[in-house]
Amino acid sequence: MNLVLPFVVGGLVAAGLYMMMRRSAIKLVIGLALLSHAAHLLIFTAGRLTRRGEPLVPEGETVLPKPYADPLPQALILTAIVISFGLMAFTIALVYRAYQETGTDDLDDLTVTEE
Amino acid sequence: MSSLILRTAARHLLPLLVLYSVFLLVQGHNHPGGGFIGGLIAAAAIGLYALAYDVAEARRILPAAPHYLIAAGLLAAAGSGVWGLMRGKPFLESGWLQTQWPAGVPLELGTPLLFDAGVYLVVIGVAVTILFTLAEED
Amino acid sequence: MPLIVPVLVPFVTAAVSLLAWRRAPVQRLLGAIGAAGLLTSGIVLLVQVRTQGIQTSQIGGWPAPYGITFVADHFSALMVLVTGVIGLSVAVYSLVEIDGPRQSFGYFPLLHIMLTGVTGAFLTGDMFNLYVWFEVMLISSFVLLALGSERPQLEGALKYVTLNLVSSFLFLTAVGILYGEVGTLNMAHAARRIRALGNPDLVAILAMLFFISFGIKAAVFPLFFWLPASYHTPPAAVSAVFAGLLTKVGVYALIRTFTLVFGQLELVHTLVLILAGFTMVTGVLGAIAQDEFRRILSFHIISQIGYMILGLGLYTPLALAGSVFYIVHHIVVKTNLFLIGGIVRGLEGSERLERLGGLYNRKPWLALLFAIPALSLAGLPPLSGFVAKLALVRAGLEVGEYALVGVALGVSLLTLYSMAKIWNAVFWEAPSDTSKAAPGLGGGAQAVLAGPAAMLALLTVCMGLLAGPAFLAAEAAAAELLDPERYIYAVLGDAS
Repeated sequence: MNLVLPFVVGGLVAAGLYMMMRRSAIKLVIGLALLSHAAHLLIFTAGRLTRRGEPLVPEGETVLPKPYADPLPQALILTAIVISFGLMAFTIALVYRAYQETGTDDLDDLTVTEE
Repeated sequence: MSSLILRTAARHLLPLLVLYSVFLLVQGHNHPGGGFIGGLIAAAAIGLYALAYDVAEARRILPAAPHYLIAAGLLAAAGSGVWGLMRGKPFLESGWLQTQWPAGVPLELGTPLLFDAGVYLVVIGVAVTILFTLAEED
Repeated sequence: MPLIVPVLVPFVTAAVSLLAWRRAPVQRLLGAIGAAGLLTSGIVLLVQVRTQGIQTSQIGGWPAPYGITFVADHFSALMVLVTGVIGLSVAVYSLVEIDGPRQSFGYFPLLHIMLTGVTGAFLTGDMFNLYVWFEVMLISSFVLLALGSERPQLEGALKYVTLNLVSSFLFLTAVGILYGEVGTLNMAHAARRIRALGNPDLVAILAMLFFISFGIKAAVFPLFFWLPASYHTPPAAVSAVFAGLLTKVGVYALIRTFTLVFGQLELVHTLVLILAGFTMVTGVLGAIAQDEFRRILSFHIISQIGYMILGLGLYTPLALAGSVFYIVHHIVVKTNLFLIGGIVRGLEGSERLERLGGLYNRKPWLALLFAIPALSLAGLPPLSGFVAKLALVRAGLEVGEYALVGVALGVSLLTLYSMAKIWNAVFWEAPSDTSKAAPGLGGGAQAVLAGPAAMLALLTVCMGLLAGPAFLAAEAAAAELLDPERYIYAVLGDAS
């Protein structure tokens, strides 16, 4: 797994960037979503993948019995997922609203701010 | 969409799902669960209801408009942090209230539960706002 | 005062404002009171740091490095204070400038959530927490930018959102790698471990990831394209608070990361020097090509960012003090200029220079109000911009970076040219295109709009005239930045 996951992360980044290079706004959103998934998976991988016990102190003990897994990356990812959930919801609404206003999905036509 | 099966199911699933979400919220401190996941389940229940009936109907069954839920949740979360400040401890330091149920069962109420309840309300408010806004566009 | 207060005040203000949904008068009142509270807490915090040294607070009582630590040194406290100043000016200005529909869709709660994110980012001592505050700030800024849904706003917002999300992705990646390598996210703890880590290549990669991510947020050359595409589209109050605060949070993060966490890295500091030069030049050249009030100002933000990171690149006590002073000065002045741009638009109904003109005859006070921050931006004595530029130029000469000093001085001249162009077109000349319908502003509205602008103008004059005392705080901030051990000790104590 330790060898597979970096390639998955790389693949996700590549796919995300490819989608962002397209001109369609909805593909841009998909690209951004893929990038955020890649980042989450990367944190997961960087936190070392191991099969170990849960990091809970048993009843009556004062220290963690080794070996235990690091719970922090999962907490970080959970937070990051929640944040990207909110961001994606907003971005989709924004793209939809922009589509309604401009009548086009093509990012090259969004030139009002450059004129 | 008006499917009789979906409508009947949604009406009966709603209380069950909300109850389950509260269960997840309460057990979240020591077991899998918590305010976020509980709030999502409650919001999903309301979303299902909105699908089966319509958004106006779903708005009606909410105890308060979504932005009031968000405000109440934010204030609850802030309040759970201020609890520590008021006793001269750091922000968000937890405080526990040890009491007993009538039958002698121990009951521990603490600021983490208040914080989680705040998260629960904010998540319901935000998720429902997103769902309703996108559903009403059409 | 507990360290959390400057974060808590806008947060609670936003929550209470939400309770007053659709009751605009209540929200307006709360918005102004909350901002005043933030300013007060900023003043108290700075006094506390001046008298008692670096302040720390362990959130939830979890000791560092396990919990999240809030830290206030001079730099953080100064930034929180100036956030309060901007928050209050913009909140008062918004009472008139933001229209009814925008207010009823939650303008004031959003403004305060954004201020929460900004102050949180200034005070946190934890990398991942910094990411969270960034996102709090960004998502509310996204909504503020798009609020109103006019076509230019939506297009600008789409560009702004995309590039900021890419930057967040890079930041998150960097945080993940940092955690994987040093096993901690507390900045002070990470600083210790990185210095002990014997892997310069990895540190360089990590540093570059942070640099690019913060560089996008700070609009450093060549990563600034989102800024001029979006900042002129929303109402003036929104673009003023963006122009003043948001990019500076990126600069703050750059300075914090590359003094405290990574210390002096040859690679990064050379790169910063080169990019500072390019940022100054491209920003000011971009501004010259524009012919719209706020568009010119948007490009000037970029060129000014160059000066701020110039101090980071030079990395001497005087240079960093200059940077800190420059950031504070720039936030005050740039917000002020955008606010005045909004007043001009309110009076004349346009921002295009060719449609404006002759305002000096009708509103001499507005001309004066524009002249003060404009000259300060260009760096004329006795205003605050002069002090800031003088410090940076002297620091550059001490280190022997003559080329960059030349660039900085040249860019100052071009800034003066740009400001003179606005002055001529808006206040002096007769309008070349008179086919306009001026909507006009009432006398009371003008007074409310001019109040915050006058306050900020007064501030830049004071910072110039009382440069000595004002610069002392900046020097103290620089001394702390250059000696990370003090920060680390305040957070961790002796524990390693």
